Amino acid sequence: MDIFLQQLVNGLVLGSIYALVALGYTMVYGILELINFAHGEVVMIGAMVALSVIGALMGAAPDLPGVMVVLAGILVAIPACMALAFGIEKIAYRPLRRAPRLAPLITAIGVSIILQNLAMLIWGRQYISFPPLLPRASFEFFGAHITLLQIVIVALALTIMAGLWLLVEKTRLGRAMRATAQSREVAQLMGVNVDRVISATFIIGAAIAAIAGVMVSAYYGLAHYYMGFMLGLKAFSAAVLGGIGNLFGAMLGGLLLGVIEALGAGYIGDLTGGFLGSHYQDVFAFFVLIGVLVFRPSGLLGERVANRA
Amino acid sequence: MNRVLEPLRARPLLAFALLAALLAALPFLVGAGLGNSWVRVLDFALLYVLLAIGLNIVVGYAGLLDLGYIAFYALGAYLYAWLASPHFGLHLPFWAVLPIGAAFAGLFGVLLGAPTLRLRGDYLAIVTLGFGEIIRIFMNNLNAPFNLTNGPQGMNLIDPVKLGGLSFGKTLHFHGLTLPSTYLYYYLFLAFTLLAMFVALRLRDSRIGRAWAAIREDEIAAAAMGINTRDMKLLAFAMGATFGGLAGGLFAAFQGFISPESFTLWESILVLCMIVLGGMGNIPGVILGAVLLTVIPEALRYIGDLQRATLGHVVVDPSDLRMLLFGTALVAMMLFRPAGLLPSRQRKREFAAEDGVAAQEQSSLYDTKA
Amino acid sequence: MTLLSVENITKRFGGLAALEEVSLSVQAGEIYGLIGPNGAGKTTLFNCMTGLYTATSGVVRLEDVEVQALKPHQIVKRGFARTFQNIRLFANMSALENVMVGRHARTHASVIGAVLRCRKTRAEEAGIRERAQELLRYVGLANKSRSLASHLSYGDQRRLEIARALATEPRLLALDEPVAGMNPNERGRMGELFRKLREGGVTLLLIEHDVKLVMGLCDRVAVLDYGRKIAEGRAEEVRNDPAVIAAYLGGEA
Repeated sequence: MDIFLQQLVNGLVLGSIYALVALGYTMVYGILELINFAHGEVVMIGAMVALSVIGALMGAAPDLPGVMVVLAGILVAIPACMALAFGIEKIAYRPLRRAPRLAPLITAIGVSIILQNLAMLIWGRQYISFPPLLPRASFEFFGAHITLLQIVIVALALTIMAGLWLLVEKTRLGRAMRATAQSREVAQLMGVNVDRVISATFIIGAAIAAIAGVMVSAYYGLAHYYMGFMLGLKAFSAAVLGGIGNLFGAMLGGLLLGVIEALGAGYIGDLTGGFLGSHYQDVFAFFVLIGVLVFRPSGLLGERVANRA
Repeated sequence: MNRVLEPLRARPLLAFALLAALLAALPFLVGAGLGNSWVRVLDFALLYVLLAIGLNIVVGYAGLLDLGYIAFYALGAYLYAWLASPHFGLHLPFWAVLPIGAAFAGLFGVLLGAPTLRLRGDYLAIVTLGFGEIIRIFMNNLNAPFNLTNGPQGMNLIDPVKLGGLSFGKTLHFHGLTLPSTYLYYYLFLAFTLLAMFVALRLRDSRIGRAWAAIREDEIAAAAMGINTRDMKLLAFAMGATFGGLAGGLFAAFQGFISPESFTLWESILVLCMIVLGGMGNIPGVILGAVLLTVIPEALRYIGDLQRATLGHVVVDPSDLRMLLFGTALVAMMLFRPAGLLPSRQRKREFAAEDGVAAQEQSSLYDTKA
Repeated sequence: MTLLSVENITKRFGGLAALEEVSLSVQAGEIYGLIGPNGAGKTTLFNCMTGLYTATSGVVRLEDVEVQALKPHQIVKRGFARTFQNIRLFANMSALENVMVGRHARTHASVIGAVLRCRKTRAEEAGIRERAQELLRYVGLANKSRSLASHLSYGDQRRLEIARALATEPRLLALDEPVAGMNPNERGRMGELFRKLREGGVTLLLIEHDVKLVMGLCDRVAVLDYGRKIAEGRAEEVRNDPAVIAAYLGGEA
């Protein structure tokens, strides 16, 4: 039972990070019907920039409290990622808005490759470890081991989701975003500056991605130029699971995928009589993705995406 | 250029003879000019041409974006290794293993395609990508409890192609002529590539090719013309997978060694790059793309030497530049020359089409006006 | 003989009923008109009959065979072809290639046949080409066979769509607003083409806005309004039907 609870907790923590990244995919897809393949790399860049800042600060001001250092890292990573996403949209996606569907998807893959390899040139091929700056307090909860970091991650993720929901539902920009998602043409006719709304969508997604990047590297204690790829794919799967284009769907899908993965990795050995082990963790996301698309392409909360049933 | 080509166009037989002679002499020319290691590059270029022709049926003809194509290459290669290596102690002849491997990959193509081909293009892309990763993860881990793939170490000592008494793995001495293994494989791969080209071209100009083109342009209209879109898409998928499996078998025999390393997502993307760069749908374009993207990274190695000569040490590892260049090429091609270097006539028009076609493609496939 | 019969077709999108209990029947050899104000459900009915939509309930019979559950390509194979209101040609193919695609359902070459290009395949391919040329001539596009579909004039695109549909050898051809956006002169010529088609043995089902054209051309007419059939009968009967007058006047008021 305690293994179950432990895996559930781990899954929820991981899932809330997936959910944050999934929000970026789902927002862009909702408005542009584009799979922003490079979003995972934005997460990675966020982690890398934050780690660079953290490293520099630790050298320059060794007396600064650890939490402050990490916070400073996040605060630099956020605008960096925002600028990056703004540039990506403007250079690689905007000129192709009227092109056949495959074209922007192919540029998105191209951008993803470029960012990954630039990161490799800048930060090197090796794993970069996250310095032990954060308090390591932990609690026992019905036999499950919960760290303070885990609680902070989940709390922060929930706060961000609530904030995003308020932004989309209650503000002018949010209304313009929803209008653009419904119909770009009509929104334009109604005086919405569609280009600006699309840019804003990318920027907001990137800001959240930056935070998620720091979270994931703090959680695993590692960052790597390749980390965004798998994370991005899983987050995309989460967005599809929840119903792409739907914010709540992304959150639900993220949490669910995290739990499925954690429980799957924990129990697959027993389930298959030891035939498959926990190193198949990465497979679950893809099976979930394929399963959802085949059996319920609209996802749990979304509109339908398949051509014809 | 045209002044050279024009007289040849008028005499197709002469052009054909010249081309045949050039292809036959190529390994000797390359071997003498650039060294024997470049003949190996040439062999790989042919393998990639074979892969690109296969993927082109899926992406270029039928318009289905497949990002997990390399999985079929992997399946063909592993099947070859299972049936012709000491791993299971089986040593079947290549002429039996290659078709089995191709059919095996084709079967997986059908299994993957049947449930997923009704998805819209970009979803199909992600699902195929997921499939590619699943296959790779399984190959990486299926060494325990039952050793099927030997895990990350890969499988070794795979039988070379043997034809009668001739082993392609050894240098052949024939009436004073010395043909190293790479030269022999060159001719073998060339034969398969020409065969694949022939099949691909014949398909394009057939009733089936027209159906693919119709589906690519407007799936609903194609269905309303009596085309069974699902079966036709599945056929394209299976054909592509079969070519991939065939290339995989050849790869395993040629290398004598395979491991999951060779079948990463980036290989899938590399092959996609080849057809995007060369020109989707157009066989000469696809061949050009495959050759360029195999040769350029090899040539990039000289950048390392150049840096050492001029700067004294290597500042940027050329192999790091490789992927960066590919990524940039993908983006630049889509932005500035989306139809590729040698586009097919129809594809060029599709990419050039402004609102009309794009809007049609963007709009949901339903007739929206009720 | 009844060629097509639609019985109590209902189509709902979510809560919205686009069609409610619509029934009609088309006799072999007639020109049957389907009219009604915008949004009355005419195209939805077409889509339900040709397999693009699955009706929520109801039956569609093509010569006694139920087809409402079949896929579009299966319905085409049974001799029921259509055109689209918002022309859906293969824009980047030539006119000839467009019509050649239409021959797909009536030809057989497999992968092996296509690759080996044996005598049978070659003969079939030549037949496809010949028939396509013939159909282009038939609709009056003989000299445009090499033009790109997207380069044709609007009227010619409509004609090409008809030629492409005819290539599937339909007994019943459904045309969705085939003269929309044409001038009176072009409309007259299209009317002639429809009569010629009927004489050639093709039954026509026509969605049209232009009441005058429908009345002059169609043997029988059905009127849809808000997803219901409000009238059906000979053109002059329908014209004087008070419900029809109310629907049209009410719609324009």
